[in-house]
Order: sequence, then structure tokens, then C-alpha cells
Amino acid sequence: MIRVVLPYHLRNLAMIGSEMQLEVSGDATIASVLDSIEQYYPMLTGTIRDHTTKKRRPFLRFYACGEDLSLAEPGTRLPDKVINGEEPFLVIGAVAGG
Amino acid sequence: MKGVRVLVGTKKGAFVLTSDAKRLKWDVSGPFFAGWEIYHMKGSPADPNRIYASQSSGWFGQIVQRSDDGGKTWFQPGFKPGEPTTNDQGMPVTESNKFAYDVSDTDGKPLTTHQWYDGTQHPWEFKRVWHMEPSLTDPNTVYAGVEDAALFKSTDGGSSWKELSGLRGHKTGAQWAPGAGGMAVHTIILDQKNPQRIYIAISSAGAFRTDDGGKSWKPINKGLSSLYIPDPHAEVGHCVHHIANHPSRPEVLFMQKHWDVMRSDDAGDSWYEISGNLPSDFGFVVDVHAHEPNTVYVIPIKSDSEHFPPDGKLRVYRSRSGGNEWEALTKGLPQKDCYVNILRDAMAVDTMDPCGIYFGTTGGQVYGSADGGDNWNPIVQNLPSVCSVEVQVIP
Repeated sequence: MIRVVLPYHLRNLAMIGSEMQLEVSGDATIASVLDSIEQYYPMLTGTIRDHTTKKRRPFLRFYACGEDLSLAEPGTRLPDKVINGEEPFLVIGAVAGG
Repeated sequence: MKGVRVLVGTKKGAFVLTSDAKRLKWDVSGPFFAGWEIYHMKGSPADPNRIYASQSSGWFGQIVQRSDDGGKTWFQPGFKPGEPTTNDQGMPVTESNKFAYDVSDTDGKPLTTHQWYDGTQHPWEFKRVWHMEPSLTDPNTVYAGVEDAALFKSTDGGSSWKELSGLRGHKTGAQWAPGAGGMAVHTIILDQKNPQRIYIAISSAGAFRTDDGGKSWKPINKGLSSLYIPDPHAEVGHCVHHIANHPSRPEVLFMQKHWDVMRSDDAGDSWYEISGNLPSDFGFVVDVHAHEPNTVYVIPIKSDSEHFPPDGKLRVYRSRSGGNEWEALTKGLPQKDCYVNILRDAMAVDTMDPCGIYFGTTGGQVYGSADGGDNWNPIVQNLPSVCSVEVQVIP
């Protein structure tokens, strides 16, 4: 079970609490976690990555275990602590304002 | 007893204002979709309880929201709470926020390029929905004008969208260029007598018309003169801000251009200027009285560099002669120290008698007049910056 923490507005869209828990089939990679998010919460499709190009939306970044995975390849395997549920996969929005 | 519902889209959420037929006391509900930009929301003429809203964010992209109960509750089309969100194969049951440019071999157009600010070519990139225009007859059919400029259509209540790619594929498409605010289809007028005819306007490409339901389009910019482009009389490239007409004579169009207030009597085939005695012919909104086809409203803005009313006086101007002779309407509006703007989709008229006029400002005020503009009152004063105002008369 993989834990995912989303920004406030996406949690509201998905009607979930502080974090979501997902079953991910096969290797737990950045792409497979995003696939799983979109499968179980299709209202989030297009909000984290582009519908067509599948590119991460520019104001969002991905983190896990203190590591910035924003620019990592989509097929990058997530850290073991994320895969076994000890640590969450973080989707973080750019800070509004300045 | 009839009532009135005003739909207000703002930079930080949506609001619904309701009143009885007198339009003196208003209830304010919202914010809906708090924290999101609501560029536009509009009700179906065929079913007043059906309302569509464009919800967007620089972070999370585009969402389409729908209400089937007059704005009390909302959902993303296809995602009603409690209903399955995936089909038997686990795939999403809807693509309500998917606006993919049509690149199919059969009816699509290649994903061509348009002109960028520096004159180079730039690929089309979807950013957001600026305007939603429900069908005049079918609550499940709705059009969306988007940035980068294209027109989409849904026939399933907003669950899925298909581009009418003949517009973006017009031979002049590569010449279209964004203005400072982007390049968007921001105006959609469904001809009230001819179901095959649609007018749209793009900043800053100009106005276009289809007479075959959206398959093919022609620029309708003859007579426009724009000194800020290399050829002031070019076929495309004009920064049209808004267009309005009256249902009884849809071929008569009124346009607020970047500069100049214009009129066409032949469905846009030719235009002539009707700015007349306006203190400034720059502005964004234009609208037509619900019962007097020759009565037109604009709100002059000082200039393209100073987006606020001339002399700090918020004045609606009314022409009862179809243009050229304009009178200032000021009763109830601030006449000093007012430096707000009124964006292109932020004026609407109701069909009550007398006709009601409404507009919203970037300062968060929504003003209403229940007597055709003679007297104004603030309905609500401290909303976020107002992007759009639409009005419905409800049974």
C-alpha cells in the first residue's frame, strides 16, 4: 500500500482526507503511482500531469524520502520506504505568492 | 413568482446571487470551488437548473463543474458523489476536463502552430476554458471557448469534449497571435434563428463565423481598423474584446474592440464604427437590452495602458439609437476615486420587465440595475476580482 499526499485543492477534488492509500500493480514507479491515482480517482486525471503528453504540470513537484523526484524519469522506482508504506509520496505545489 | 439568479465567476471562486422579481434584496451563496479561478459560468437556456462552470488553476489545470439544481450542488460531469468513477475495466468513466486538440486523420487538423509574441511559430497548448456557452435547446450540449484559441463541444453534459477543429485549422491560423492576456476564444454567440450559425471572437485574431455548424469558418473583420497591428485592415489580427446581439435580429452585432465600438448589420460581413460621443472607445464589455434591440450598453475604460474608468468615474453608457449617441448612467455608481476594470464577460442582462443590467468589477463589486440602467445598486461589494457575470430568470 502506497501513501500519497496531495495539495489541498486536489484533496478536495478527490474528496479525501489528509492522504490517500493506493494499491499499485507491478513495480512501484512514479508513473505507476500516477496511473493508480488516475485510475482510482479519475477526477484528478489531468491535474497532476497533462492528459496527452503525461508531463508533470509545471507548478507541481514530486518528493519521496527527502529526495526531489520531479525531474526523474517516469519509470524511476520509488524508494523502499515509500513502497512499504513507511513514507509517503509527496505531490507538492509551488507556493502561492512571494 | 419569477426570480433572478446572477452567476458570478471570480479569481478565487464562484458565487450565486439570488433575488425575487423586484431585484432589491439579494442572497449571496458561495464561494464555490474556493481558491480556484472561475473564468465563466453559465446556465442552460433550455433548463435553468443546469449550470456549467469553468474552474481552473495555474497549478492543476482545467476542471469542468456542473450543477443540475440551480447552483446549490456541483459535481464534475460523470463523477457524481457515490457513483462509480471507473468502468468495469477500471478506466475513468469520463473525460470531463480533457481538452485535447483534434489531430485525427479523419476529421482533425494537424497540430499546427500559431504566431508567438516574438513572431516565431509556437505550438498550440491548451491552458484553460474562458467561456462556456450552453446550447439554446439541449441542456446536454455545451460549447467551450479555450486558450490557446479553439472551440470545443460536448453533447453529453460536459463529460467529454471534442474540438471543432475547422476553426483552429483555418488557413489564417498560423497568423493568429496572443495578446498580453493570451490567445483565447472568449466570445461564443449561438445564432438564435439559424442553428447552423455561430459567431466567435478571439483575442487577438478577431471575429469568425460558421454557417455550417462549426465545420468551416470565415473571418468577419472587414471594416475593423486596428492601428496597433502592422496592417490596420488585415483579415485577422484584431483584438476583439466582446460581441453581443439581440435574439430578435441576430445578424445585428455590436462589438467592443480593443479600441472602437463597432456595429455590423450583416452578420459580421462588414462593420462600421459607432463610438460617437463616448469619453473613451476602449473597453471590454458590450451588451444589448433584452427588449429593445437598439439599446446598447458599454463601460468605457480609459485606455489600453490604463485599465480603469476615465476620470475615476464609473459610468455605464447607454445608446438607445444603436450607437453613436451615448448617455452616461451614473446614479448609484461611484463618481470619484474609482479605478476598477470590468472584464469582457462581466456584464449581463436579464429578461425581466423592466430589463435588469448587471456587471462585476475587478474590485469585487457586482452592481445591478432593475430599470434598464437608470439607477444602480451594489448587490455585493467585497468579492474577489470578478471575471464573469451571467444572469438567469428562474420560474
